[in-house]
Amino acid sequence: MTTMLWVVVPYMAITVFVVGHVWRYRYDKFGWTTRSSQLYENRLLRLGSPLFHFGILLVALGHVGGVLIPKSWTEAAGISESVYHFLAVVLGVLAGAMTLAGAAILVYRRRTVGPVFSATTRNDKIMYVLLVGTIVLGLGTTVLGNLTDHPHDYRETVAPWFRSIFYLQPKPDLMAAAPLGFQLHALSAWALVAFWPFSRLVHVFSAPIGYLTRPYIVYRSRDPKHGTRAPRRGWESLNQR
Amino acid sequence: MRVMAQMAMVMNLDKCIGCHTCSVTCKQTWTNRSGVEYVWFNNVETRPGQGYPRTYEDQDRWLGGWTVNRRGRLTLKGGGRLRKLLSIFSNPKLPSIQDYYEPWTYDYDTLISSPLQEHTPVARPRSLITGEHTKIRWSANWDDNLAGAPELAAKDPLIKGIEDKVRFEFEQTFMFYLPRICEHCLNPSCAASCPSGAIYKRSEDGIVLVDQDRCRGWRMCVSGCPYKKVYFNHRTGKAEKCTFCFPRVEVGLPTVCAETCVGRLRYIGLVLYDADRVLAAASTQDEHDLLEAQRQVFLDPDDPEVVQAATAAGIPQDWIEAAQRSPIHALINTYRVALPLHPEYRTMPMVWYIPPLSPVVDVLRDTGHDAEDHGNLFAAIEALRIPVEYLARLFTAGDPAPVNEVLRKLAAMRSYMRDINLGREPREEIAARAGMTGEQVYEMYRLLAIAKYEDRYVIPPAHAEQAHGLEELATECSLDYEGGPGMGGSGPFGESSGGVSPIAVENFRMLQNRQSTDTMAAPADKAQRVNLLNWDGKGRPEGLFPPRRQS
Repeated sequence: MTTMLWVVVPYMAITVFVVGHVWRYRYDKFGWTTRSSQLYENRLLRLGSPLFHFGILLVALGHVGGVLIPKSWTEAAGISESVYHFLAVVLGVLAGAMTLAGAAILVYRRRTVGPVFSATTRNDKIMYVLLVGTIVLGLGTTVLGNLTDHPHDYRETVAPWFRSIFYLQPKPDLMAAAPLGFQLHALSAWALVAFWPFSRLVHVFSAPIGYLTRPYIVYRSRDPKHGTRAPRRGWESLNQR
Repeated sequence: MRVMAQMAMVMNLDKCIGCHTCSVTCKQTWTNRSGVEYVWFNNVETRPGQGYPRTYEDQDRWLGGWTVNRRGRLTLKGGGRLRKLLSIFSNPKLPSIQDYYEPWTYDYDTLISSPLQEHTPVARPRSLITGEHTKIRWSANWDDNLAGAPELAAKDPLIKGIEDKVRFEFEQTFMFYLPRICEHCLNPSCAASCPSGAIYKRSEDGIVLVDQDRCRGWRMCVSGCPYKKVYFNHRTGKAEKCTFCFPRVEVGLPTVCAETCVGRLRYIGLVLYDADRVLAAASTQDEHDLLEAQRQVFLDPDDPEVVQAATAAGIPQDWIEAAQRSPIHALINTYRVALPLHPEYRTMPMVWYIPPLSPVVDVLRDTGHDAEDHGNLFAAIEALRIPVEYLARLFTAGDPAPVNEVLRKLAAMRSYMRDINLGREPREEIAARAGMTGEQVYEMYRLLAIAKYEDRYVIPPAHAEQAHGLEELATECSLDYEGGPGMGGSGPFGESSGGVSPIAVENFRMLQNRQSTDTMAAPADKAQRVNLLNWDGKGRPEGLFPPRRQS
């Protein structure tokens, strides 16, 4: 059971994630979009969307700091456990609250604003359940854990287990020993990861960083394929325009 | 000098009768689909009026186009790259659907399936956005022919500051029609605003297109375009815009809007321009100098140096010849009667307009004067400040001088040609008053009044070496392209997901689907309609009408 949950599930999810993205990108570039609903409604979106998106970016950064970076590194940098814990809880709860508040506004909007609701697909609903579920479980575990005075140090269990998956030497026992909250959060996250390439979440991977450096005006030559078909060999234009 | 060719259009506004044929045929061809119900790549506005979307010209509010910053450098009015990325989660300047209008259909079924009853059944309007019953409050031409002008037209951004002088009482006002398509700018701010780099300018003919495979729906182009001619398809989540009917233009046919124009007021042709000078021209400090700056960007296609540079830049010989015969070049640079729409947006628009003399003529005629006498006309152009000032705000960033110059030429032509038509001796001094010779006036008259199809549309087809493929000759299998023939239908992510099918094949399949469909309106699982793009008006394609019932 331990192997099933903490080895097989992660690897399956990662495989689906990677293969799914490659397949989706090759097969469905046209469907690769944010599918914004701003045109329908802007008052709630203007508040909820930035709150959620900036929040979740902070949350992602927090996970890099807490899960990907080993405890030994931060300690080598002179950050003691108590300082780290304090920072992690304060920033984590702040970012998590931002994200959750944003998500709440967005879900409320999606349900109550007619045009937005009717533009919601089943795919979107599954995505919302997985995404909000993962956020709630993560935030709940952090808050409850700290309220009970004996916060679990996930950097001894969850984080090494997570990194071990990528070293290809998985250590499922570490995770099996973690509290239930973390386990549920992780499972929910893997489900989200597996569903990711088939949902609108793919837009995360088209974050337009290149915009900062590219020239303003893009010139492109007429794509011969879009006429009807590429010219046959021997009939290409001389100057290759 | 870096010579590039640009496909451009000029519209002669005096001939526009506001019939909306261009809008309707364009819509039938390009935006007759769900997700773009509210979209008109071509629309005709009555001016003065708010336009579509409402008050789009108010750039203090919408922040579209470019501006020159304090250091004299050209920047996007809506903010630079970093600002765009930071506001990507909620575009602060995106027009809402209400700024366009909420598209609707009617409950036609009530009419068809209503039981026998005392009162005539009514088809109530239904919103295409929510699916609920709705009240129609606005549309793309709600204020057509100055409808509701006393309260609506007063919100026209162009009459800010002269509201008290523009009268909207029926007898005292002036009006004209303004058909608009995408400007296919030399310096497109939609392309500059696109975070994904999906909007590009074709280097062959300058047509600005959205790559549907690279668009990610960030919506910055919609707010970046000052003419609001990029639209967001709310079903596919992608931006769409006027394509200058590139599949037609590539085979030498004019755009659908031009082809179907009842007044024959549209001209299509090539201009050659110097791409190296575009940025400097767009950065011209004084807004009133922008018109002349843009004229200077265009190159004289008869200049041997230009021809040599064009050849070196890989522009084919037939394209250079087409540029020499181009009606656009003649109207913009030879006769100088065409003016750009809102040069102050600094996008270097490439759909130009011949401003209408009709507001002036109408006033003269209505007051009992001879509206074809050049003395009266010239005096009226001087006296009728308001129409001229309004036209100047539309076409020359508010400088009345170039508008005056154009109107005087049109007035001179009107007067000069009357003498010829009445069999009198033509008077050279009339032409001279507009700074032209009689011969020039006559030539201009021929181009503006009686030019034939081949003279109005000088469109060289795309590369001859690909003509076989472009013309869809039936000697190859039409499914014979990469990825075919498994195209069509819908992918797993809803409507239109999956790979693109080439346009020719798409049409082929649409025709076929249309023929085999058994429902009347938009079946969700099938693409259907006869695409007017490849219907030449001859004959009756299968599926254009439902099968005749055997009685």
